[in-house]
Amino acid sequence: MKSIRIGSGAGTANDCIEPALVLLEQGDLDYLFFECLAERTLALASLRKKHDPSKGYDQQLENRMGRLLDVYKKTNPRTKVISNMGAANPLEAARVIKRLCRERDLDLNVYAVLGDDVSEILNKFYEKEVMETNRPLSAYKDSLVNANAYTGCTGIVQALKEGADIVITGRCADPSLTVGPCVYEFGWAMDDWEHLGCATIAGHLLECGAQISGGYFADMERKQVPDLWNVGFPIGTIYEDGTIEISKVEGTGGLINGMTVKEQALYEIQDPANYLTPDVVADFTSLRVEETGKDKVRVTGGLGKPKTGLLKVNCGYFDCYIGEGEMSYAGYGCVDRAKMAGECVVKRLERNLVKYSEIRVDIIGCNAMYTDEIESAMQIGTPAECRLRVAARCADRENAEKVAYEVEALYCTGPAAGGGARRLVREIISIASVLIDEREVELKLVKV
Amino acid sequence: MKLREIAHSRTGDKGDYSVISVIAFDMKDYEKIRKELTPELVAQKFRGIVKGKIERYEVPTLGGLIFNMEHALGGGVTRSLALDAHGKTLCYVMLDIDLSD
Repeated sequence: MKSIRIGSGAGTANDCIEPALVLLEQGDLDYLFFECLAERTLALASLRKKHDPSKGYDQQLENRMGRLLDVYKKTNPRTKVISNMGAANPLEAARVIKRLCRERDLDLNVYAVLGDDVSEILNKFYEKEVMETNRPLSAYKDSLVNANAYTGCTGIVQALKEGADIVITGRCADPSLTVGPCVYEFGWAMDDWEHLGCATIAGHLLECGAQISGGYFADMERKQVPDLWNVGFPIGTIYEDGTIEISKVEGTGGLINGMTVKEQALYEIQDPANYLTPDVVADFTSLRVEETGKDKVRVTGGLGKPKTGLLKVNCGYFDCYIGEGEMSYAGYGCVDRAKMAGECVVKRLERNLVKYSEIRVDIIGCNAMYTDEIESAMQIGTPAECRLRVAARCADRENAEKVAYEVEALYCTGPAAGGGARRLVREIISIASVLIDEREVELKLVKV
Repeated sequence: MKLREIAHSRTGDKGDYSVISVIAFDMKDYEKIRKELTPELVAQKFRGIVKGKIERYEVPTLGGLIFNMEHALGGGVTRSLALDAHGKTLCYVMLDIDLSD
């Protein structure tokens, strides 16, 4: 039965690069894909593009692709590369990659998939209700940064048909980076829901890189992972019938077994019978995993249903500023001193009429991750150090800075022996999502 | 006993939802987990963190449950005031839940 080997080279924009190089050199791969976009990543990339039209692609692109192409030069693999590192500017990203190829005397066909940016036609959708807030999209129209639709695999399929060696997209849905090569290689129809469902599940398993091979998993006792520092990124062998085998390069660290695969299978999917993507509605509820060897797991039973015909559009908008300050306390009575410090900061902010809509006072080491109630029930003994953290949401930078400075002022005006102050003011871009008809989006290929 | 003695767990996030899986180490314990780890028990444990409703989904072939918890991330990853805006650490609250011995 025909099968293809797809490697996962990144699970997040700033993921480790070395395991991807190992995959390309030793993974015997047909495809290597890099999933590098998160909701806000794209909004920030759009801001960089507005500032400089030749930017707006993934900030690691040159570094990552440069090192990858060095491996190409050395080993001349048959592997094709697919990535959403184009972010807000896939065309310019493709041009950069083409230049990197030329510098290495490599003759590779580089394609950009365009069309996910719907900011030009966004006014057509102003009446639509924002999924996060139930307000009409028009309420955000003066503060919008970008609008990008999650697009499916069809652009990638077309690029591969035309002979692409490297395909760069913008806001392509994460699993579609895997569905694309499967559809191209196996010739599946775009309404072959069961196979599209299987490929989507394969994409979901692979798209977070090491999260299926021991990363985000390792613990003591029953979850021990050998050589996590040297974790190998995963390879999915996908068969024509939809069977998936997960493995990694021999000799790398990490672990692939029933547990790591199940954790990633159920990761972040909300309703497992209805995992919505632009290509298909995937169904995880009949999935079976079987350990077939050391660091080898077979996954079967993936299902699919017709796609919704709707695309999710993420609109980034200027939301607010968050001002934060931190200060550490240690030794006898440190938690009480940190609490006293927090009270001082809040009272001083009130006295100084600093404007904020929401404030949070944490004692890192005691209650910053959960709540006082939950953490005191878990806690064994008293910590020997802790860290005050005050964070407040403000409408402008000026007030956010006041919050941050007030924490630093604890050096001279707070409880005994506060040390290691840090200040941080962040402009927050939030996401408003709407659903649009897929016919509103037309993907376009450009060979550079 | 603690849930962590018979199950492992992973946290994900979607907007202001925290999505936490619970998976039996051994398939024979799945039924016990399914019976005892009700959305009500989970809501009780996550009091003060989860402000919305909790939906539970079952995937028996994997011995797993998924809890989809609304208004759990301080307004969502992009704007939360929390240090751990994704709520990545929340699965260890789940694993701290007490089950019958």
